[in-house]
Amino acid sequence: MRYLVFIMAFLLPFSVAAQEWEDRQVFGTPNAPPLRILSSTDTSFFAPIIEDFIASTSNTSVEYLVTGTVDLDQLFRSAPDQFDIVISSAMDLQLKLANDGFSSSVVYVDHPEWAQWHNSLFAFTSEPAAIVINRQAFDDLPVPSSRQDLIQLMRDHPDRFQERVGTYDVRQSGLGYLFATQDARATETYWRLTEVMGRVGTKLYCCSGQMIDDLQSGDLIMAYNVLGSYAKAQAETSDDLIVILPSEFPTTMMRTIMASATAPNPQLADSFVRHLLNLQSIGDPVIFPLPPLAGSHDFQAQRTINLDPALLTYLDQMKREAFIREWEDAIVQVE
Amino acid sequence: MADVNVSGSLRRRLALILTGGAALLAVILFLVVRALAAQVAQQGQDNILNASMASVLDTAVIREGRVTLDFPYSSLSMLNTAADDRVFYAIHEGATLLSGYDWLVPQSGLSAGDAYFETTSFNGDQVRVATGVRILTGTDGPRTVSVSIAQTQDALSDTLNAISRNIVLLGLGFFMLVSALAIWAASTTSGQMHRLTTSVTRRGPQDLSPVTQPVPSEMAPLVGSLNRLMSRLDHTLAQSEDFIAEAAHRIRTPLATVRSHAEATLQRVEQVENRKSLQAMVRAIDESSRAAGQLLDHAMVTFRAENLEMSQVDLADLLRDLGQSMSPVAEMKDISITMEIDGPATLQGDAILLQNALRNLIDNALKYAPVETGVTVRISKAARLSVSIIDEGQGFASDEIQTLSGRFVRGKDMDNKVGSGLGLTIAHEVAIAHGGEMILTNTAEGGACVTLYL
Repeated sequence: MRYLVFIMAFLLPFSVAAQEWEDRQVFGTPNAPPLRILSSTDTSFFAPIIEDFIASTSNTSVEYLVTGTVDLDQLFRSAPDQFDIVISSAMDLQLKLANDGFSSSVVYVDHPEWAQWHNSLFAFTSEPAAIVINRQAFDDLPVPSSRQDLIQLMRDHPDRFQERVGTYDVRQSGLGYLFATQDARATETYWRLTEVMGRVGTKLYCCSGQMIDDLQSGDLIMAYNVLGSYAKAQAETSDDLIVILPSEFPTTMMRTIMASATAPNPQLADSFVRHLLNLQSIGDPVIFPLPPLAGSHDFQAQRTINLDPALLTYLDQMKREAFIREWEDAIVQVE
Repeated sequence: MADVNVSGSLRRRLALILTGGAALLAVILFLVVRALAAQVAQQGQDNILNASMASVLDTAVIREGRVTLDFPYSSLSMLNTAADDRVFYAIHEGATLLSGYDWLVPQSGLSAGDAYFETTSFNGDQVRVATGVRILTGTDGPRTVSVSIAQTQDALSDTLNAISRNIVLLGLGFFMLVSALAIWAASTTSGQMHRLTTSVTRRGPQDLSPVTQPVPSEMAPLVGSLNRLMSRLDHTLAQSEDFIAEAAHRIRTPLATVRSHAEATLQRVEQVENRKSLQAMVRAIDESSRAAGQLLDHAMVTFRAENLEMSQVDLADLLRDLGQSMSPVAEMKDISITMEIDGPATLQGDAILLQNALRNLIDNALKYAPVETGVTVRISKAARLSVSIIDEGQGFASDEIQTLSGRFVRGKDMDNKVGSGLGLTIAHEVAIAHGGEMILTNTAEGGACVTLYL
């Protein structure tokens, strides 16, 4: 992801200059007000989608702004009239935005009922959280297939894993928090795993990209709850990485999109949402490089997080405080 | 029938009352069922909101001096609806917001253990709020925790709309069924009347017997009155027929006696004055006798015209017979009757009435025609069958030609002629009764010509 970062703030005369973007790109000829997309997804995954949209819509430009999920949520809440489209992997934060009335309806869309909420929040990917290991660093150790295997491995070889395990810092990452809370909700194993990871001095990350970079460089031997889609994209170019979906259940997230209720460019926002959902249903990997929605909504094979108001539960202030306290107790080693 | 004073229709009134009642009932049904459905649907939403609120409130504990609530995932998950209703909640300790949405402020003064429901609105959307209160006992005294759970009402209104659509269909079905029943009931009821009407209309002219077929009890008074009316009518008719026959007999017989006495006396009287007065007497008696005859004829025509006894009548035969029977009168005045008839001329008609009419016309012609002239009787079978009786007298006065067929109207200058003025009236009424007419004209030579078109 690093290589995609363009520091272009000095090139573009925008009012939100104080904001530090992970990435900022403009597509198309900027002679009209651009469609402003606020996203947590790396530009590389969205560039072909946006280019296809620009090709189908004449005289359009798109400004694509990338930032972390928590930052994105705060940014959008403080200035909902500055952005047309919000795309994020943090389903809970997105659902809360829609619930609080920040989204506008996109009606008569041919989209599965379970992958949309209130006609305004639309899921367009199915992305499991994965265990990613560095093949070389793992060496003779058996490749784990489940969380239980992972706990066993780290208990048996604490020295091999010491300071070389990575996972999300749930305090910083909205997606990390979502994965953690859904894991915790589903299985008690999560807390045991967190404790074991705490004991081996797990490193905490803001983003999947950095975890993958450190895995490739060999700084990490294993990372837990890495975004499978990013890891697989890297594994294709490098033989070092092995992406494992936990055999008991991979927690599966759906990336969601919504149009802002106060979008400066509402018509364009509406048509972008439709265009994206249409591309998803076609599923051409060249134009739509993200993993499309799992064909049937199969709860057995992968545990997909439901788009329903219960996602608000762990966003509750008291619940969040309690969860983070418990998580910190488990993973952060008090010296 | 045409001049019956008609006001409204029983069938229409009955159908209108029944279908109107059905429409009213259908509307009431719709309103009541919809209100009931709204109540039940609201009750359903309230129950879920209450369960959700209770499950959140249940987790309230005091930990390290702070009120905390670690509510389960299912608390909000149970609020998931098909319409993806939006969900809001607020947790307060006293008036302080612990967590949730700050715009959801619980009412103050709620007592613990009860659930309170209210409908309010948020950003233009209607939301239903359930609020519950619990009192926790801490080391520093009781602390009041309130939980409000709110939900938009999209699914509720979807449900209500679906139910309303079904009730509308139900109401329409009910209305149509009842309307069909109403129309059937109305036509069955009026069918009874219709059957009675048909049976009365189809009766023969002489049939005045009572209606005997079974009728519904509601129609019994009408049919009873009708039967009584017909029996009275029958009785009256019989009486008048008797009266006519009686009157004819009573008048004619004494007149004949008086006449024969007068004639006998005339044979014996020599004195010229006496003979004259006797002759005048005979003429007066003849006049009276003839007037009585015509009155009877007219009464009979009036009676029979209402109820014609139709049969095949040959006018040619009828006229030949009449000519024969009237030839003695004609011979007395040396008048020759010429029949211009070729072949039979048949028609549907009442033979007695036709004979009466033609006899009166020929009688008139013989009476008014001068001595030693001719009377022509002609049947024409051109476009319409007609009979003309033409004399060679002085004809009708042109200013009277329209009024002469009236009852008891006699022409002026009739000086010494015997007549009651009923002859033309009788012929006229017979022609009308047969659907024809009578035309009075004068011939080119000045004689009168009466033509009956039949």
